[in-house]
Amino acid sequence: MSAPSDAMVEIRSVHKRFGSLEVLRGIDLSVRPGEVTVVIGPSGSGKSTLLRTINHLEKVDRGWISVDGTLVGYRRDGNKLYELREREVLRQRTKIGFVFQNFNLFPHLTVLENIIEAPVSALRRPRKEAVAAAEKLLDRVGLADKAAAYPGQLSGGQQQRVAIARALALEPRLLLFDEPTSALDPELVGEVLDVIKDLAHGGTTMIVVTHEIGFAREVADTVVFMDEGRIVEQGPPADVLDRPTQERTRAFLSKVL
Amino acid sequence: MSLTSDPPIDPPTEPATGPPTGPSTGPSTDPPVDPPAAKAAGPGADHEALTVVPVRHPWRWVAIAATAVLLAQFLNGLITNPGWEWDVFAQFFTAPTILKAVWITLQLTFYGTAIGFALGVVLAFMRLSASAFLRTVAYGYIWAFRSIPLIVQLLFWFNLAYLYKELQFGIPFGPGFFSFDTMNLVGATSAAVLGLALHQAAYAAEIVRGGVLAVDSGQLEAASALGIPRFRQLRRIVLPQAMRSILPNAANEIISLFKGTSIVSVMAIGELFYQVQVVYGRNGRVVPLLMVATVWYILLTTALSVLQHYVERHYAKGAVR
Repeated sequence: MSAPSDAMVEIRSVHKRFGSLEVLRGIDLSVRPGEVTVVIGPSGSGKSTLLRTINHLEKVDRGWISVDGTLVGYRRDGNKLYELREREVLRQRTKIGFVFQNFNLFPHLTVLENIIEAPVSALRRPRKEAVAAAEKLLDRVGLADKAAAYPGQLSGGQQQRVAIARALALEPRLLLFDEPTSALDPELVGEVLDVIKDLAHGGTTMIVVTHEIGFAREVADTVVFMDEGRIVEQGPPADVLDRPTQERTRAFLSKVL
Repeated sequence: MSLTSDPPIDPPTEPATGPPTGPSTGPSTDPPVDPPAAKAAGPGADHEALTVVPVRHPWRWVAIAATAVLLAQFLNGLITNPGWEWDVFAQFFTAPTILKAVWITLQLTFYGTAIGFALGVVLAFMRLSASAFLRTVAYGYIWAFRSIPLIVQLLFWFNLAYLYKELQFGIPFGPGFFSFDTMNLVGATSAAVLGLALHQAAYAAEIVRGGVLAVDSGQLEAASALGIPRFRQLRRIVLPQAMRSILPNAANEIISLFKGTSIVSVMAIGELFYQVQVVYGRNGRVVPLLMVATVWYILLTTALSVLQHYVERHYAKGAVR
């Protein structure tokens, strides 16, 4: 317990470098429970990397991240951070749902098997219970009739909705979305955004990396604009999107709006 | 697009009679096309009535005829040439000594494959390990066992007792608890299995590693983002998908190991090829006895191929192609 605050996610001076490229150059960010944070910014600004550090898919080089009051990936003892064993990291990740740009569904498992895999193997839920929960989730994302289908038989939008159901099956405290609609045909974007909006209104804490400015305006409590590994500007959508104070934010928005 | 009002196209069933003029479909060598239909291509024609005339392949029919004649000659020779001695073949095909030898061949294949692939999986994951030491050791093993001819390895194992008179279990470099006389422990058959399996492991390792590398890295990422335990990630997510690219290569290896067991005959083990040699050494009927071995190898390879088909179908679940 090193983050004595009421924040669901606490990110403090996080740095990350890939070889000679410094991708994150000191990020500080807090997300309160139930809040929707949307991260926007040009490609290569580090927003996806930031999202991946939150569930320790990427290790940070400096700084720390806590989720729900627990350090991610490390245990603090005095002034030292000890790296956790993989088993412990995996247990932490069951509390954090992650939705990928390319869905990453398991192609050799049916939709139902995709959803119950983690609850059964990671949380040791009885299979029957997991199946009942999965059916409810499929109903929630509007795919109740696709339980027996394989991912390859679904459209991109349907696959991403299954991926969201799969992330929800662990009943996470926090949901992370990494450009969830970027790999979709334009006419399929809406159905996925609708599911995410529905979750946002339901009070799930989430951080969404996206290029959908309209979605940010409608759903976000906080919009974060990142560029070159730093947070340039953050605040309510009405401020950041409509009255940006920074020149770089204005320049970016003028290109995407 | 109705074809009902058109005259039917002559199917290209008859072989070309006159000297074929290449792929030309000129009117001189082809059955006549109904003139009104041919002219219908002109402007203002009734396009609904146009028919498609497939290109003719006269040379293909020549090739088919030539091949058929050669095949017929070969089959005729098999039946009529007395040198094949089919009666001797029939006498020995299911003889008890041969059946016993087939059984030994199958056992060598089974243990060679099972031990070889088990060790191969371990070596594959060593080569994929984060530790440079494990990677190097695995690579060294693969390098050595792919470099030494199988027959040389087998003779080495057969002569193991010459190098190490007894094997001991105990503390490394320290006192031993049990010891075995190498000559008794490594009999000819287990030396053969050992040789085949160690040889097979080097190839199996590379096949398994290739299969694991072929699985999209997003799969492991998704599995670890979901908190699925590490071993379960491999067994449930990675290996079943890797099997798709492992299986065709593995089947090749198993089939070649199956036939490769004939090399073991140099160690005087009574497998199929050795036994056949023993019999024709006694009765001098070389050709029919080689045919006995050949037909058994063909039959069992066919069985393995059929098995491969069904195993591959099992692992193709959910695959788009």
